[in-house]
Amino acid sequence: MGMVTRLVAQRLALGLLLLFAVSILIFAGTQILPGDVAQSILGQSATPEALANLRKEMGLNEPALSRYLDWLGGLLTGDLGTSLSSGASISEQIASRLANTLFLASVAAIVSVPLAIMLGLIAVRYRNRWPDKMISGITLASISLPEFFIGYLLIFFVAVKLAWFPSIATVYESMSFWERLSTVALPAATLTLVVLAHMMRMTRAAILNVMQSAYVETAELKGLTAFDVIRKHAFPNAIAPIVNVVMLNLAFLVVGVVVVEVIFVYPGMGQYLVDHVAKRDVPVVQACGLIFAAFYIGLNLVADIVAILTNPRLRHPK
Amino acid sequence: MFARIPPSALLGLVLTALFLITAVFAPLLAPYGKTEIVGAVWEPMTSEHWLGTDNLGRDLLSRMIYGARTTIFIATMATVLSFTLGSILGFTAAVVGGWIDQLLSRFVDLLMSIPTLIFALVVLSVLPSTVLTLVVVMGVLDATRVYRLSRAVAVDINVMDYVEAARLRGEGQIWVIFREILPNALSPLVAELGLRFIFMVLFVSALSFLGLGIQPPEADWGGMVKENKDGIVFGIPAALIPAAAIAALAISVNLVADWILNRTTSLKGGRGA
Amino acid sequence: MPEDSSLLEIRDLRIEATVYPPGEAPHDITIVDGVSLKLKKGKVLGLIGESGAGKSTIGLASMAYGRGGVRITGGEVVLNGRDVLKAGKQGLRSLRGKEVRYVAQSAAAAFNPAHRLMDQVVEAAVVHGVANRAEAERRAKNLFRKLSLPDPDNIGKRYPHQVSGGQLQRVMTVMALCSEPDLIIFDEPTTALDVTTQIDVLAAIKDAIRDTGVAALYITHDLAVVAQVSDEIMVLRHGKLVEWGRTQQIIKEPRKEYTNQLVSVHEIEHREKEPSGQPVLSVKNVTAAYGGGPIDVLKDVSVDIHPGQTLAVVGESGSGKSTLARAITGLLPPKQGSVEFAGRMLPGRLAERTRDDLRELQMIYQMADVAMNPRQTVGTIIGRPLEFYFGIRGKERDQRVDELLEKIEMGHGFKDRYPAELSGGQKQRVCIARALAAKPSLIICDEVTSALDPLVANGILRLLLELQAEEDVAYLFITHDLATVKSIADSIAVMYQGSVVRYGSKSKVLTPPFDDYTDLLLSSVPEMEIGWLEKAISSRRMESAGN
Repeated sequence: MGMVTRLVAQRLALGLLLLFAVSILIFAGTQILPGDVAQSILGQSATPEALANLRKEMGLNEPALSRYLDWLGGLLTGDLGTSLSSGASISEQIASRLANTLFLASVAAIVSVPLAIMLGLIAVRYRNRWPDKMISGITLASISLPEFFIGYLLIFFVAVKLAWFPSIATVYESMSFWERLSTVALPAATLTLVVLAHMMRMTRAAILNVMQSAYVETAELKGLTAFDVIRKHAFPNAIAPIVNVVMLNLAFLVVGVVVVEVIFVYPGMGQYLVDHVAKRDVPVVQACGLIFAAFYIGLNLVADIVAILTNPRLRHPK
Repeated sequence: MFARIPPSALLGLVLTALFLITAVFAPLLAPYGKTEIVGAVWEPMTSEHWLGTDNLGRDLLSRMIYGARTTIFIATMATVLSFTLGSILGFTAAVVGGWIDQLLSRFVDLLMSIPTLIFALVVLSVLPSTVLTLVVVMGVLDATRVYRLSRAVAVDINVMDYVEAARLRGEGQIWVIFREILPNALSPLVAELGLRFIFMVLFVSALSFLGLGIQPPEADWGGMVKENKDGIVFGIPAALIPAAAIAALAISVNLVADWILNRTTSLKGGRGA
Repeated sequence: MPEDSSLLEIRDLRIEATVYPPGEAPHDITIVDGVSLKLKKGKVLGLIGESGAGKSTIGLASMAYGRGGVRITGGEVVLNGRDVLKAGKQGLRSLRGKEVRYVAQSAAAAFNPAHRLMDQVVEAAVVHGVANRAEAERRAKNLFRKLSLPDPDNIGKRYPHQVSGGQLQRVMTVMALCSEPDLIIFDEPTTALDVTTQIDVLAAIKDAIRDTGVAALYITHDLAVVAQVSDEIMVLRHGKLVEWGRTQQIIKEPRKEYTNQLVSVHEIEHREKEPSGQPVLSVKNVTAAYGGGPIDVLKDVSVDIHPGQTLAVVGESGSGKSTLARAITGLLPPKQGSVEFAGRMLPGRLAERTRDDLRELQMIYQMADVAMNPRQTVGTIIGRPLEFYFGIRGKERDQRVDELLEKIEMGHGFKDRYPAELSGGQKQRVCIARALAAKPSLIICDEVTSALDPLVANGILRLLLELQAEEDVAYLFITHDLATVKSIADSIAVMYQGSVVRYGSKSKVLTPPFDDYTDLLLSSVPEMEIGWLEKAISSRRMESAGN
């Protein structure tokens, strides 16, 4: 196990390093304007006093490096800074929104992951027959659909015409779990539809790759039952590619959340980020950007680590 | 070479061509001006206004036609930028190798570890909302994907015996890149071109929908969804029309790209490479 | 059932598959056309033929298994008195893994990387209730011992990637034997192995067949191999039976012309030439390593090639023979030593060589289909060296291309074809023409026939010899196949682990006394003679006892 532990530790360290580099990149991304950030935030009509105030508030008179280090120091102690537009602490504002976003994303994930894997299996089982062809046709169409098309279609038909679910996903503190669940039904359905097809197609490819290998043929020629062939011979080798597919799609899902939250006016991180981009509230944007990136990196990290843990060549070196 | 075109690809080709014609000849095709107010808010479809009117009483069909122009233009420009940048750097990295390859590849890894939309939002929070900004931001961020693909394709071809044979013959880098590698890399890259274009259409529409892309009163499909979205809860489907147009354009291009990709793999006897 | 009754009987077997050629409507092709065979208990039938003969397909059909969309559309396959094709799912399961087992060409791919060897070896025996787990493991360990696997008590605890290719192939044979089947299908079980490993695996398989009394279908393209293990041989071509007879009759008195060709494939008329005058190429004390690393893949290698003659460099995988070609061509500049062309030093690096240096040294590759740009026509491929080295263009170039096509016995019509439209042999011929177009003094041939079927390979060798006589070009012929070496070489260099262990004229190298490695190598090449295997193995045992 020594080699595996070392590889996992290496991968974790690399993830941290990446996160650090990403924080630099995100910070730099808000500094790329050739002119004055304060000017661009306040617009051409801003008074010199207002400009001077904002510069002071944003610390623009200090060099970029010391501002970055301040920001990083804050991040490490859990302080995400202060919002320019509201003056409130970003950490406090984000906490409940992050929870809302995670709830929405989890519901979507819980529905979409098993569904996608199941449909992927069906596509493999009926390869080149109509269920497979239908699934790949739907995939082609659905990766071309923008989130807002799916979202507004659902609102138009399911919420407005049929009135099954609310069209606007407002949540408040006193809601019960089931009320919350019904509220996020449509946004979660939209997210599910966004990632489902892609995840299904990739699952299909991953399983097919394993099912066409020579060792599965060997298992079939041993006279094992179809179930045993899959359970004992295909499954152990399919774990890593499927986890990889799932993680990749959960990462898509994290991004899809941004647009879906805006469609359904859902009070989560995505909506919060978009609002503050429009307000040019740089500290909020930096904080949100980093949190989204951290999730993205984390999910990819999980996929890598699972691949290391399930690789017999690494677990049992020569 | 000239395999019969399957019906799905043919449909894709025809629709894509229609969209392009609409975009190019928008001023000739649109019955009304793009900002001209011609009636009440959200009038239903009539013979005069085929698609009805929008949230300000403008002719929706006319705005759709102008919108096609804006959306397709910006997506095309961004695709061109992303492709030029990505493929030149990708090929260079593959053929030259060494530290240039290492440096470029690690930087691309870093950029790709942040979701494209999120990084675009971060950058757009300080940059002015102009068409140029949009094209550059989208083009540069997307170039990372083109870079990865073209580098991978070129690396694969670069180790082929026929490339080695050309080097042993004494051919220069120019011949190797343009006569040996490029002709074999073209098909996967052309298919990818279609996919990148779709992604750009979806990307610019998403940004406009979030209010961070094309600014009103300019017409573009993503922005039109945003303008008309409040009608949805009243059962007015105006927002669905531009959304559907985006989907239709993306599906058409996808059908064409899919066909090109399939044709490529079958040409090589399915060995990929 | 009486002892001499037939175990397997195939009657009028027909197998089809649907192909999807690019740009054409999908259509059905016949892979096996009306083949019948009979196999008695405990006997071995060899199925032999070139690629596309349908031999593997027939082997798998005896388990009612079709690979990748292959369909059995007619005939009967009767095993132990039951029609396998009508057995139904349940029936097939009880038969596969119990009555009939399969040994694949690549054991490395056929073992599941996720499980230990023992779990896979005993699986079928346990599932089919032939033995309980403990008993099956005991039996497996005995078989490991019998097939001379190292550490037979513990090798089962290893994972497939922890065991070498030759060992894995034997473990796969153990896996087949473990459930005491009546029939084993061996599908090219030694083809992927080096020749010195092949002989051990072959001997192990033969012993196992003899000791357990299992019957076998032995599928291979190598007649000399199949002659060692089978009682009868069936020659197949394009899915049809050519000839079927006792092994002795097939290899000594073939009745059909095609069989005769297969039997006499290595008999090429070639007289060894004496080394004459100044060598065209001298490799002097070359030592080389990849990427400046510490491991030398070439160690102090020196060889000479004389004008118009062939030096065969022979060795197994990892011997450094292809690396030698890379050092000569300048792709891998040597750490020490030099390469001299016609008495003058060649720069080590490709980039520093003159265009004329490059012209004099041409190369032909093993895989002709990746050695040609798929987007260039045959005319462009052959014409480019003419343009590049001699500035010949337009009509004159076309005319020269036609002449070259004639030299390689292909018509002018091929000029506008793309490589994908050519057969394997034609592709290799075009590569030869491309090399000849440069009018070189030396052509390096890197395993140029090993990807081809024997008859096609034979045609290529004959062509190379003819061209050598006409053009007075020298060859550096890299190969792992000693039979090829014997037919075309003037001098031979035997390589082992990066060094030349034996070097000289063909007659000298092939005449005793031998060094240990050359002896091992020469004695491992199967000869088309019944009983060769036993002789080779026993002489080897005697030697090791003597030592």
